[in-house]
Amino acid sequence: MAQMEIEVILTRQLASYLATPIFVVDKDGRLIFYNEPAESILGRRFEETAEMSGAEVIAAFSPMDSRGKKIDDAKIPLRIALAERRPAFLCFWIRGLDGVKRQIDVTAFPLIGQANALLGAVALFWEVQE
Amino acid sequence: MKVTLWGTRGSIAAPGPETAYYGGNTPCVAVEGNQGTTLVLDAGTGIRRLGGALPCTLKRVDLLLTHLHMDHLQGLGFFAPLYNPALEVHIWGPPSAQYDLRTRLIRYLSPPLFPVLLRDLPCKLSLHEVADGDFTIGEFCVQSELICHPGPTVGYRIVSENAVLTYLPDHEPALGVPDFPAPPKWTSGYSLAHKADLLIHDAQYSNAEYATRIGWGHSSMEHALRFAIHAKVRSFVAFHHDPAHSDKDVKKLLKDGVAAVKPSFPVVGGAENKCFTLGNNSINLLEQEENG
Repeated sequence: MAQMEIEVILTRQLASYLATPIFVVDKDGRLIFYNEPAESILGRRFEETAEMSGAEVIAAFSPMDSRGKKIDDAKIPLRIALAERRPAFLCFWIRGLDGVKRQIDVTAFPLIGQANALLGAVALFWEVQE
Repeated sequence: MKVTLWGTRGSIAAPGPETAYYGGNTPCVAVEGNQGTTLVLDAGTGIRRLGGALPCTLKRVDLLLTHLHMDHLQGLGFFAPLYNPALEVHIWGPPSAQYDLRTRLIRYLSPPLFPVLLRDLPCKLSLHEVADGDFTIGEFCVQSELICHPGPTVGYRIVSENAVLTYLPDHEPALGVPDFPAPPKWTSGYSLAHKADLLIHDAQYSNAEYATRIGWGHSSMEHALRFAIHAKVRSFVAFHHDPAHSDKDVKKLLKDGVAAVKPSFPVVGGAENKCFTLGNNSINLLEQEENG
């Protein structure tokens, strides 16, 4: 098992201390961590879901628009952050792993480390309360 | 592989009778290979004496900087090989996100901090930037990796044909980890240290001191020993002693750390002039010290 880059390790450590829901993926889009505040929105503890590929994440959370139509993968903020190395924002709906549909605001940004290396991306998200 | 400690003190040089045993010079370690390759790890004040002790037949020396904090750089201008026109000097170290290694070194090697400019040094100087990656120097394969310490800081894993040395002089792997150590994948420095024959590691603080210095980039003795056990190393040198710690304090730290953590490998307090030979599954601590 390869050790994560220090920038990713520190990101996880920071996320684990914050009350802001945070979701961390590696450079391949693989989910590698989400923190406790994110668990209540995603509907399951991280320890129970463990790591997932990008495709598995999308299949698990079913991102959709207000009419329930699947969102194009290329419009998902984390995908944009990884593919275009820039921050991105979107408001959309997911179905949590507890089966509950929730509206969330998501801002994602790329993790660009030393030597300009793309190491992953971070999504900050918030449940929209109607 | 022969490893000699020329400076083991952290933060600032601390000469005096109360530090005479472990030494007051800041970090510098020499590594000599069986085929004559000479590496110097960091350019703390200990590098001045090392420079005077290098054989005059030497053609090349490689200086590997972990980072550019002053205690790891202050001796650089007093390293004799830099003034020898016949000698190749290669300096390896991390750039920052905005500045290359040359620009960062010039901040020190220029007035008003130092009278000699980097470009005026008479030796055949080459600079090499390192972050995460592998490179070869003579008979050694060197792996560098960014580790947990403020600012761009790397650790080194130096592999010869028959021995592995890991050098993590400034390292705080316990930062933000509630139940240290974390799994290997999430532990800073783990892959560098894994199953090393000898780990030279930051062990600056007592538990009480660490509690008031979290995030400063250094380890308590207990954290350092727990990290070493986690990484399954074969022997351990406590390094980067606090400048406020007397020899008596360092010995007590070692004794208490060993008693609390109970490592199964030899634990040695890093002392100037201490010398180790590694190879073929043997570690010879030439000035053997009892655990703690």
